[in-house]
Amino acid sequence: MSGIGTGYDVTPTTYSPEGRIFQVEYAARSVENSSTAIGIRVSDGVIFGVEKKIISKMLVKGSNRRVGSVGDHIGASIAGLTADGRRIIKQANSEAKSYKDLTSEAIPLNVLVDRISSFVQMHTLYASIRPFGCAVMFGSYNEKDGAQLFLVEPSGVSFGYYGCAIGKAKQSAKTEIEKLNLSELTCREAIKQVAKIIYTIHDESKDKEMELEMSWICKESGGKHELVPDDLIAEAEQFAKDNTVSTNILNFDNI
Amino acid sequence: MDPTKKTLQPYVTGSSVLAIKYNEGIIVAADTLGSYGSLARFTDLQRMSKVTNHTLIGGSGDISDLQQIQKTVESLILENTGFKKDEEPLTPKEIQQYISRVMYNRRSRFDPLWNHIIVAGYQNNESFLGAVDIFGTFYEDNTIASGFGAYFAQPLLRKGYKEDLTKDEAIDLIKTCLKVLFYRDARTINKFQIAEVSEGGITISDPFELETHWEIADWQEGHL
Repeated sequence: MSGIGTGYDVTPTTYSPEGRIFQVEYAARSVENSSTAIGIRVSDGVIFGVEKKIISKMLVKGSNRRVGSVGDHIGASIAGLTADGRRIIKQANSEAKSYKDLTSEAIPLNVLVDRISSFVQMHTLYASIRPFGCAVMFGSYNEKDGAQLFLVEPSGVSFGYYGCAIGKAKQSAKTEIEKLNLSELTCREAIKQVAKIIYTIHDESKDKEMELEMSWICKESGGKHELVPDDLIAEAEQFAKDNTVSTNILNFDNI
Repeated sequence: MDPTKKTLQPYVTGSSVLAIKYNEGIIVAADTLGSYGSLARFTDLQRMSKVTNHTLIGGSGDISDLQQIQKTVESLILENTGFKKDEEPLTPKEIQQYISRVMYNRRSRFDPLWNHIIVAGYQNNESFLGAVDIFGTFYEDNTIASGFGAYFAQPLLRKGYKEDLTKDEAIDLIKTCLKVLFYRDARTINKFQIAEVSEGGITISDPFELETHWEIADWQEGHL
């Protein structure tokens, strides 16, 4: 990046002469260095899939989660600096609490996303604090609004999506998501597709071992955000392994 | 401190809540009345509520204080949600302790929350039945009755309780107690709800009536 050494990249309070804010761009870069997370919105819900690297064999299975909940009616998934992501989810729960205390209603997803966007954007305005090095996807499902999926980026922008991917392999994951017929898929079918995408983009030769983490919020889970049940994950993983032609595996087979 | 600013009496009140452990969980019951003094002001109030997938709280006393406690606990749980969704945020015991701290804090300010709260939970194959009174005193028991039920139902519940009580026996016993309370407690109406707290989660029944006989009332001394 041309910002390095020019003096325009040391705080997010200074624009470069071209009108860029390098600190924010660097924050986005830290998301791109992270392992991948995807979220897709299908006819009856939203599914999150995370390629979680196993950083140590001594870790308990299921630790370092990267899908979290906001109340029980909103799901979230993060990529980038995990600790930053946790802070955002914590803020989201705090917003959900204050909204509920005030109105006795669960916070609607668009309201939550607005508030979280503002919170993230606020961290791009001061020299004394660092912008969040993570992107967060939020999803919800209810009878009234159907399935909704949003992505909040480190700059504070947020958009609604049919499908999104964040992290190292976001480009190839997006290409895979685009191949799916999202408006007709159901969550049950989509679980397999999500698993397949995560297995496809996972580079066994370069990356360490990974754990597939999946959660859903859909009609079947009663509009509540839950981890996908173990048996369904196992089934989806099997499907993914059977249908993924990793170049790496081919090479081993041929030898 | 200006004593006139304190809650010195409850306004809209609920009467007894009854609870008993059985071999696979807990049965909790209450009527649906909110009295305004001796006036049967609100006849369709639910005095038991589910606060987590495993915990139910029910309460006697001031209804608005009860609603406040329910909101506080729900809010506490919402705030503690995050990355541990596959685990229960708070255990029934923790919820009882939290409520007891809130109640004790308030009584220490001479401004108590005017309730007797019953906490029933089932988690990790274990029943929990406890209560917190107006002073913040917390305790656990196999049978608990609050309000007027502490005098009329608790002895019957204790007599009927045994280790391997079945669900049907527990419900029959609770219904007997509800009926006794309806006969003797003038702040009770014949519209009850029964909640079941067990492995399968928490279910609160729709309001129902019990069969009563008033023809014998003529033999009761003092009855008009």
